[in-house]
Amino acid sequence: MADAPRTIFQKIWDAHVVATLAGGNALLYIDRHLLNEVTSPQAFEGLRLAGRRVHRPGGTIAVADHNVPTENRHLPIADADSRIQVETLERNVAEFGIPYVPLRGRAQGIVHVIGPDLGLTLPGLTIVCGDSHTSTHGAFGALAFGIGTSEVEHVLATQTLIQKQARNMLVRVNGRLPAGITAKDLILAIIGRIGTAGATGYVIEYAGEGIEALDMAGRMTVCNMSIEAGARAGLIAPDDTTFAYLQGRPLVPAGEAFETAKASWRALRSDPGASYDKVIDIDATGIAPMVTWGTNPEAVVTIADRVPDPEAMPDSAAAGQARQMLKYMALEPGTPLAGLPIDVVFIGSCTNSRIEDLRAAAATIGDGHVASGVRALVVPGSGAIKAQAEAEGLDLIFKAAGFEWRDAGCSMCLGMNPDRLKPGERCASTSNRNFESRQGPGGRTHLMSPAMAAAAAVAGHIVDVRRFG
Amino acid sequence: MAGFTSITAPAAPLPLANVDTDKILAGEHLKTISRSGLGAKLFSGLRYDEQGAERPDFILNRDPWRRAGILIALDNFGSGSSREHAPWALRDFGITCVIAPSFADIFHNNCFKNFILPIVLDRALVDQLLDDAADPSRCRMRVDLPTQTIARANGEIVDFEIDAQQKDALLNGIDEIGGSLAFLPQIERWERASQLIAPDIPLDVPSS
Repeated sequence: MADAPRTIFQKIWDAHVVATLAGGNALLYIDRHLLNEVTSPQAFEGLRLAGRRVHRPGGTIAVADHNVPTENRHLPIADADSRIQVETLERNVAEFGIPYVPLRGRAQGIVHVIGPDLGLTLPGLTIVCGDSHTSTHGAFGALAFGIGTSEVEHVLATQTLIQKQARNMLVRVNGRLPAGITAKDLILAIIGRIGTAGATGYVIEYAGEGIEALDMAGRMTVCNMSIEAGARAGLIAPDDTTFAYLQGRPLVPAGEAFETAKASWRALRSDPGASYDKVIDIDATGIAPMVTWGTNPEAVVTIADRVPDPEAMPDSAAAGQARQMLKYMALEPGTPLAGLPIDVVFIGSCTNSRIEDLRAAAATIGDGHVASGVRALVVPGSGAIKAQAEAEGLDLIFKAAGFEWRDAGCSMCLGMNPDRLKPGERCASTSNRNFESRQGPGGRTHLMSPAMAAAAAVAGHIVDVRRFG
Repeated sequence: MAGFTSITAPAAPLPLANVDTDKILAGEHLKTISRSGLGAKLFSGLRYDEQGAERPDFILNRDPWRRAGILIALDNFGSGSSREHAPWALRDFGITCVIAPSFADIFHNNCFKNFILPIVLDRALVDQLLDDAADPSRCRMRVDLPTQTIARANGEIVDFEIDAQQKDALLNGIDEIGGSLAFLPQIERWERASQLIAPDIPLDVPSS
C-alpha cells in the first residue's frame, strides 16, 4: 500500500489510524482539539457523570468566542446565560487541567483564527472542534473537521474519534484570480457551482495555480467555507507560503526542529497519479465579485447579475425554494444586486477577520465615510490581530469612517452575543452563512468579500468594488 | 435514552430542502449548559411569531402533529452548524426519527449519538410519506429498526437501508467512549511515537 500513489488526505488518514474497527471504521488519533464555551459544557457534564478523566489535557486548548461581548470587555458579561457559559468553561478547564486562552488576554479570539495565530495548526495534524468551521485549519495541510458535543466528549476521554473515511474530491483551480478578486469570491463561486450539498461525504483538496497564488489568509477563507458545500473538510497541500507563515509563531517548532519539520511537511502532497472520487475544474480567471441573494450560500451570483427569477428555473423544487428565499429576503426577481440598499455592514467572522481582510477593507474605505443610516462593525478575529491593525493605523481609518471598532469574537456571524440584526435589516456581511435569522431573527444577509462589504458601507448599497472609489 | 428500536407515532411533514441547524435550533437558544429543555425552542422561527405566540399554521402547532415522533423533510436536512443542540431539541420535543432524501454529514452523525434514527429514502418514497403525513387520518406510521421497515397507514411496507454498524449501535445503545477506552494501550503507544510532531500545549498559552 505504501507504494500506491496516495492523496494528502489519505496520507494524513493513514498516519493517524490507531486501530481498525468493524464496519469500515477506524479509531483515528486527534492531535489537536479546540474547545469553545457553547459546544463543550454538556461534554464535560458527560465525563463527570461517567466518572471519566480527560485523557490528554495538553492535546486540547479552550477559548470563549461564540457568545462573548465585543465591547466593554472590562465589565462583567451582562447577559446572564452567556456569562454562565463562559464561567462554566473556565471552571471545566481548571478542573480538568486544560490550557485556556483567557477572555481578557491579547491572545483571545475566534478559535479558528487563534489556532493558526499561535502556531497550533500545523501541516499533517488531525484537528477537531465542536464547530463546523474547523475546516479552516485545512489551509495548512491538516485534516480538520467539525464535530458534535458527543464527539467532543469522546475526544476529551480518549484523544481519538471513531470515523469512516470520507471520499476525496479534488477542486482544481486553474489560472489566477483577476486583480481585485478575492478568495471569498472564489469559494462562493465554487459553492455556487457545486451546491450546498455538492461535497457531502467528501474531503475536498483544493489545488492548482489559483490556490497556490493565495496567501494563507485566502487559503483559510477557502477551506473555512468547505462546510458550506457540505464537505467534511477542505485541505491544501503545504508549500513555501505555508512554511513562511508558520516560522516564528509561538507554538511552532523553532531552529533546527523547524527545518526537520519542514522537510517532513514537504512530503505532504498528493502523489502524481493519486486518484480522487471526483474532480471539479474551476477557471479562476473568469471569477467576478460574488454576492449571495438567497438564504443559503449556493444562492449566489456575481455583482453584475440580477436576482434570479424562480419562474425561469427548470426544477420546480428549486423554484419553490427560490420563491421562499426571495420572500424572506424581500427581493423581486430581476432586481440588480448592485444598488441594493443596506442597513448594516459586518466585517468579521472566522471566514474574514484576519489582518489581510482588515487591510483590504481599510484600503477600500480610504478617506470615505460610512453612508448615513448605515451601521458598520469591524470585529477582528483575535486580540493579536486587533493590536496589529492598531499598530498599522487601520483602526484610525475605520473609526474616522464611522465604523465601530470592536474586540474579538464570533459576533454578528451567528448572533449569539448582543451584535445582531433587527428584523428586516439587510446586511452586507463577510461571514459564511446567510441562513434565515442567522445574524438575528428576521435579519437578511448578503455574503461577500471584505472589500465588497467595505465598499457597500461607504456607498450605502451593494456596489461593484471594481468600479468603486 | 438508551438506544432505538421502533416508534409508532404521527409523522410531521416539513417539505423543505436544506433545513439548516440554525432553523432547527436558532443560535439565540444555544446559551445553555444542559442537553434538555430545548424542545420548546425547536424550529422557533417557524413555530412562533415575533411576540412568541404560536403560528397556528405551522405543522407542529397543529393536532395530531403536536405529538409527532417522526419528521419527514427534503434534501440536505441538517446542513450548516455542527451544533448537537439540533438533535437534542428534536429528541426533547419527542422526535426520534427523521426521514429525508439526504442529510448533512455532521447532523447525520450527531443523530446516532443521540439515538435518533435518520432514514435516507428515495425522493419518490419521501414524497409518498409526505403525502401520508399531511393527512391526519394517515399520518401515523410505524418505523421498525430491527426489520428496517416503515409501515404506512394503508398497510404498505417501505424498506430502508442502514449501515450495519450504526444499526447495531442504535439497537444496543452502545457506549462508544467505553469501547474506545479499551484501546487505551494502543492510543498511548501511538502517542509516545508522535510526541515530537504535536507536543502538549502549555497550560500557560503564549500570545502571538
